Amino acid sequence: MSLLDMMMIGLGGFLGAVTRYFISKKMNEIGRFPSGTLHVNLAGSLLIGFVFGSDLSRIWTLFLASGLAGALTTFSTLIKEIIELRRRRKGSQAILYVLITFGGGIILAVLGYYLSSN
Amino acid sequence: MKTYIWIGIAGALGALLRTGIGVLIPHETGFPIATFSVNMIGTFLLCFLVTGVVRKISAATHFQDAITTGFLGSFTTFSALSMETVLLIENGELVMGALYIILSIIGGLAVGLLGFHFGQKKVAE
Repeated sequence: MSLLDMMMIGLGGFLGAVTRYFISKKMNEIGRFPSGTLHVNLAGSLLIGFVFGSDLSRIWTLFLASGLAGALTTFSTLIKEIIELRRRRKGSQAILYVLITFGGGIILAVLGYYLSSN
Repeated sequence: MKTYIWIGIAGALGALLRTGIGVLIPHETGFPIATFSVNMIGTFLLCFLVTGVVRKISAATHFQDAITTGFLGSFTTFSALSMETVLLIENGELVMGALYIILSIIGGLAVGLLGFHFGQKKVAE
């Protein structure tokens, strides 16, 4: 990885993390369905599909896919929230959360991929 | 504002480390081992820290948020998981794609619960 590669990943990572924090603060409420995390994970999946389907240069791919979409979305917080929902005896919400996140994520990645490649 | 800058810097570092690991770990088997490993390690650490351990590391909330939301949030990723699954399915590796999703969910919950367990023990000390 060159210095420019690292700068693009770092810049994307900065913007992705800050955006995720902003959206989560607005939309996530403790004890409620974590819709902030859901939104960033779905938006990031659409974005990465779009990047992979289009013929972008290496630098733009690193910035948008590895940096921005990578940092905008999160897996650790998703799992933490599933466990917390279950602990608050909201097992059905936890299952719904898993299904919408994974189902929606895959569908949106496919959608982004085909929208940009055609 | 200070919190945003800290989270952004930590997020940049998380993304760099994740991508670096992706370059280092070869992916010849078809199974996206790099993303999987990063997600398991990051989930364990996040769940370990949020039990209260992070408050023992630093009393400053902007620094706590930088470690958990910033660094670990960016280090782990969901978009790559979605994309890798789509690419596996597109290559006709349907079983591998399904296995990847199922192992990510079950493995993530297992390491997450383990993290909570060890974290609570640590806080009770």
